[in-house]
Amino acid sequence: MTLALIAALPFLGAFLPGLALRAGRGAAALAAALATALALYGVMSHAPAVLRGEVIRWQAGWLPEAGLMFSLRLDGLGLLFATLILGIGLLIILYARFYLDAADPMGRFLSYLMLFQGAMLGIVLSGNLLMLAVFWELTSLTSFLLIGWWSDRPDGRQGARMALAVTGGGGLAMLAGVLLLGRIAGGFELDTVLAARDQIQASPVYLPALLLILLGAFTKSAQFPFHFWLPHAMAAPTPVSAYLHSATMVKAGLFLMARLWPVLAGTPEWTALVAGAGLVTLILGAAIALFKTDLKAILAYSTVSHLGLITFLLGLGTEAAAAAAMVHILAHASFKAALFMLAGIIDHAAHTREIDRLGGLRQQMPLTFALATLAAAAMAGLPPLNGFLSKELMLEAAAHAGGWVVVAAVAGAALSVGYTLRLWSATFLGQTRGPLDHPPHDPGPGLWLAPALLVALVVASGLAPMLLLAPLAQAAAGAVTGHVPHLHLALWHGAEVPALWLSLGAVGAGLALWGLWPRLATLWQTSPRPDAKAIFEALVAGALALSRAVLARADSGRLSGALAIAVGAMLAGGLWAFLTGSHMAGTRPPVPMDLAVLAATAVLAVASLATVVLHRQRLLALLFIGVVGLLIALGFAYLAAPDLALTQITVEVVTVLLMLLSLSFLPRETPAESHPWRRARDLVLAAAAGLGTAALAFALLSRDAAFAPISAYHLAQSKPGAGGTNAVNTIIVDFRGFDTWGEITVLGIAALIIFALADALLSPGPANDRLLARREDPGIAGDRHPVILVMATRLLLPVALMVAAYIFLRGHNMPGGGFVAGLVAAIALMLQYLASGYGWSEARRRLDAHLLIGAGVLVASATGIGAWFAGRPFLTSAYGYLHPWPLEEFEWATAAVFDLGVFLCVLGAVMLALAQLSRLAQRGGERVASAPHDVLAQREDRP
Amino acid sequence: MSHLVIAPILLPAVLAGLILLVARGIALQRLIALAGAAGFLALALLLAGRGGAPVAYHLGNWPAPFGIVLIADGLSVLMLLLLAVVALPVLVYTMASGWDARGRHFHALFLFLLAGLAGAFLTADAFNLFVFFELLLIASYGLMVHGGGAGRLRAGIQYVGFNLVGSTLFLFALATIYAVTGTLNMADLAQKWPLLPPGDQALARVAAVLLLMVFAVKGALVPLQFWLPGTYAAAPGPVAALFAIMTKVGAYAALRLGWLVFDAGPTAGMWAELLQPAALATLALGAVGVLGSRDLPRQAAFAAIGSMGLVFLCVAAATPGATVAALYYLIHSTLAGAALFLVADLAGRRGASGPVAALFMASAIAVAGLPPLSGFLGKILLLQALEAQAPLIWSAVLLASFLTILGFALTGSARFWKARGTAPTAAEPLALAATGLLLAGLVAMTLLAGPLTLWLKGVAEGLADPAPYIAATAPQSGG
Repeated sequence: MTLALIAALPFLGAFLPGLALRAGRGAAALAAALATALALYGVMSHAPAVLRGEVIRWQAGWLPEAGLMFSLRLDGLGLLFATLILGIGLLIILYARFYLDAADPMGRFLSYLMLFQGAMLGIVLSGNLLMLAVFWELTSLTSFLLIGWWSDRPDGRQGARMALAVTGGGGLAMLAGVLLLGRIAGGFELDTVLAARDQIQASPVYLPALLLILLGAFTKSAQFPFHFWLPHAMAAPTPVSAYLHSATMVKAGLFLMARLWPVLAGTPEWTALVAGAGLVTLILGAAIALFKTDLKAILAYSTVSHLGLITFLLGLGTEAAAAAAMVHILAHASFKAALFMLAGIIDHAAHTREIDRLGGLRQQMPLTFALATLAAAAMAGLPPLNGFLSKELMLEAAAHAGGWVVVAAVAGAALSVGYTLRLWSATFLGQTRGPLDHPPHDPGPGLWLAPALLVALVVASGLAPMLLLAPLAQAAAGAVTGHVPHLHLALWHGAEVPALWLSLGAVGAGLALWGLWPRLATLWQTSPRPDAKAIFEALVAGALALSRAVLARADSGRLSGALAIAVGAMLAGGLWAFLTGSHMAGTRPPVPMDLAVLAATAVLAVASLATVVLHRQRLLALLFIGVVGLLIALGFAYLAAPDLALTQITVEVVTVLLMLLSLSFLPRETPAESHPWRRARDLVLAAAAGLGTAALAFALLSRDAAFAPISAYHLAQSKPGAGGTNAVNTIIVDFRGFDTWGEITVLGIAALIIFALADALLSPGPANDRLLARREDPGIAGDRHPVILVMATRLLLPVALMVAAYIFLRGHNMPGGGFVAGLVAAIALMLQYLASGYGWSEARRRLDAHLLIGAGVLVASATGIGAWFAGRPFLTSAYGYLHPWPLEEFEWATAAVFDLGVFLCVLGAVMLALAQLSRLAQRGGERVASAPHDVLAQREDRP
Repeated sequence: MSHLVIAPILLPAVLAGLILLVARGIALQRLIALAGAAGFLALALLLAGRGGAPVAYHLGNWPAPFGIVLIADGLSVLMLLLLAVVALPVLVYTMASGWDARGRHFHALFLFLLAGLAGAFLTADAFNLFVFFELLLIASYGLMVHGGGAGRLRAGIQYVGFNLVGSTLFLFALATIYAVTGTLNMADLAQKWPLLPPGDQALARVAAVLLLMVFAVKGALVPLQFWLPGTYAAAPGPVAALFAIMTKVGAYAALRLGWLVFDAGPTAGMWAELLQPAALATLALGAVGVLGSRDLPRQAAFAAIGSMGLVFLCVAAATPGATVAALYYLIHSTLAGAALFLVADLAGRRGASGPVAALFMASAIAVAGLPPLSGFLGKILLLQALEAQAPLIWSAVLLASFLTILGFALTGSARFWKARGTAPTAAEPLALAATGLLLAGLVAMTLLAGPLTLWLKGVAEGLADPAPYIAATAPQSGG
């Protein structure tokens, strides 16, 4: 079986339970178990070769650009871990099948479990460090789902979040470390990295890389000071705890340390950090375990302690210690998984895990008692069980290290004897203490079979270690140290071995601890202990509060503040850019100033200032805006830009009219919203921005471009190339017709938005209510629709439309064009609305403005596309001359058709806005005039 | 003469005009819009099939630099394809959820927005870029306030107000560029920019800074990001999803003009100098916002800001390797961000049902950049590309990831795990499928990361060597 298939099997298996669930919970579990068993078989099929020292590989490309390959690699270390993950995984599936309530969705649970299993297997089979990082974070995510399984419980959610934050965060650090490592080694393939020991340890970034990788390993393996998440992860269902905290998740950190042991270990930094953290964790975990009362909590802290032990062994950096670590990984996985499952059985049977409320289960649950006794004895390191063997190896290694290490190692061993005794005696000995609702009894074989098999293994491997433990541990140790050790595992090594005496001392001290427990417990209760969970939660709460404080400023929803910062940044950026470059003033001579220009400029300035000062009185402000616009139009005319002047005037008229009409829906005055100091700030900013803009404009107007500008071509080609003498128009409809095509679309869209927004106002809602409650301004003028105005606009209508047609047609050669023509026509129609009222005029409108806009865009586009049929690109123009009798000769140009599109779009946009205003006014209670003007209306109103 | 280059702009615009002309009923509008989005995808695929060599299209048959030129090169086609791939599922979602019927003109505006974005990606003329920025701004504003409501209108004012300031600045920048160089054609600019005489350099620098700020407004870079969170959170869910690509327009323009024009002569290295601190601040703000936001849409909005920080970090580095990372992450964050906005909308409308929770988990993983989705690969590419300044940038990137994970874990567990009073209703299957389709895109990006980066490498090389782009502009076929 290829490694790829083995690695894929758990993921494939994750789909099966959901599918098999229709056939029952058993079928779902069977499907998951089948996938696991197949994968285990696959691993085993490679075992003989791996045990001989071969390395099995499989590789495919993934992201070679980043050095990430999909490469799998099975060596001794991988074999040991893969066996644990899949073997114990199989037992967990069996156990979970009978453990979970009928209410728990079995299919989903097993899917999560299989995903997690796949992620774990991926870690240990990875032949590429980046791929290992991928699977590493995947275990954080899948374990988040598993730990938070009972998501309705707050402790489940908190535990899951904490585990994700700590292990996921550590994983990010590890990623950085791995990237550094790969950079030193020149690749991320494990084979490359493992061969680069000397470069890595000589590198200046060795220490950062080591720290980052250890951060990942320590968080995952719950080493001090990151140990706190593990006990809170016990909120998970017991099968999850048994799996995650015996064989898998927490062992991933150990795996990583073992995996990189050849290149990272052996330096003083490694020893100090790893062995130090291991030793502290070993003692701290055991000490806390001694005083816990929840079965699972005791086991959790015991796990922390044992992980510390293994970390310590890896940290020592000697080959013997590394080998001992491998043995203990196997031993711990077997007895701890069994103990977790047994704790789950007791929880099920007695409905509590508090050992203060348990007791006397010896008689009620004899089978559980027997299994737990054996597993616990292994945990305490008693012979003839496998825990004893590995503990002996540990003490042996500590003895070689000498000094205070020995004392600490013995203390750790003694504590573990102490808490094991307490857990065991309080649960099974004595009499039942708490009032239990149901008399507990042993479970059916579905639940006890899995722990029983594990306990059998614990005993058998203790009795025949050279057969059951040594081959795998040796192969693994060989993969770690690069040198297959000769393990001699035996229960009896002779009386001269120091470990024996240390071991005996530890057991004695452990018994003493047990005896002294009540006194110690009082001492423990009264001594101050930092609560890691509270600290973590306070940190999270602090981060939350801080981020919300930032958001209160950065996301306050105030436009003025945001714009102030933006304008400030623009000013600062522009100023900085200018001051850091070389500048030479322009050489164009200034236009001579005359009195009229000076006066107009003064009026412009005053009108602009007045707009600002009076901006809260809306009508006045609008009038001043109109004045500004007209003066600018005058300016254009003065500077010989008649096209711009025409456009400016018509645009000004239309916008001021439309805004005047909409003002009638708004309060007369804008309420003062900003604080005086804020206004002062804005004043300074606005003045600075204005001056900056003026300076920029001056700099630009007073200079010639460094290179010949493209406008020279436009002037030269206007007639011969585009067929028009008005270069402004030929630029708009021809040279840069595509810009115009875009801009008329913008105009059309703007009208559509006005339509949609007004439509939203007219649908039921608060805005509509306000509209309905609107009372019409009594007004100052008495006449609503004065007859003279009405008559004048009627007369003006055909004239204005003629003017529009004229302006349209002359556009190509003289000032004018579709844009201005559209606006003139719009003004003529608008006047009808003003004179006779919305309702009356609206009723006489035949054409929907939507059609005009749509037609405008389509006509302009179709003109452009027409060029395709001549084999030319979009918007290529053509022109020629016609002389149809009895008319004069005239020029035709496709550009005129394009301009028609412009005309339609402009007209449509204005009319659509007007139509919506009229709808709003009618909803707002405007009385629809029954006649075009007041005189007629009065006559009709008379009876 | 092949008109394929301009077709992605014309097709949606003409269909939008057609909707205005003939389609009053929503059914016909939907049909036309779907045809438009599907046709757009087909056009993008056709363009991609032509290979990465730049192809120019001279509008009005005027020679460059006097007329307007469009150029489809590797980067343009990539952006078009990304737009098409996002637009189609989002459109389907809009129809399935009934969002399009909550106001007027959704489909016309949607198609106009496609046209505007396509124009921005294709044009090789600086002023024409401004026109398309306007087009996409106005169309997006219409979509943003679609359906109305006080909150949405208020946010809409922020959006359009802030962006109009950006447009004004764009005009200032263009005026300065034209006054100094006398040209607006990008390839022409690229050739003239390094030759600017010393006396013009200060103004040239001003123009470059202002232009960068325009793109920073679009790309929501700190301190010009204020418009984004409120806008994206208040916009209808599918519109926010489509907007996931709007911020990328800023990144696109910065990449395009940075490589082609502005990293030379008087402004060599200038953008990078400004972009890097801004990108770091953006990244930080995005992460802080994800952690501190109280609701999913706002969280998704801040995630969008954070992703822009990452993209701009790579843009600032201005190496081909970093550009590959920028593009990979850009594609990823567009798809992931769009999916997250759709999920937020689903959860808001239909409640936290099982399928929605699963989609949330997947899109949160993607947005936070965790495996097994492409964000993690993007991060690996990015970290390696930015190795030169590892201590600062790596810590910032990883810390931001951490805060993002924390933020999503907090809201996710509170929103989807905690039992709520009201039971969720079943989400529309088609809406779920559309969201799933975006996520499937991420899966494809993950599995095909190798070939994809190879393609992106070609795109990045096309940027690094502008000669073919400039050459494509110059010759004029026909006459």
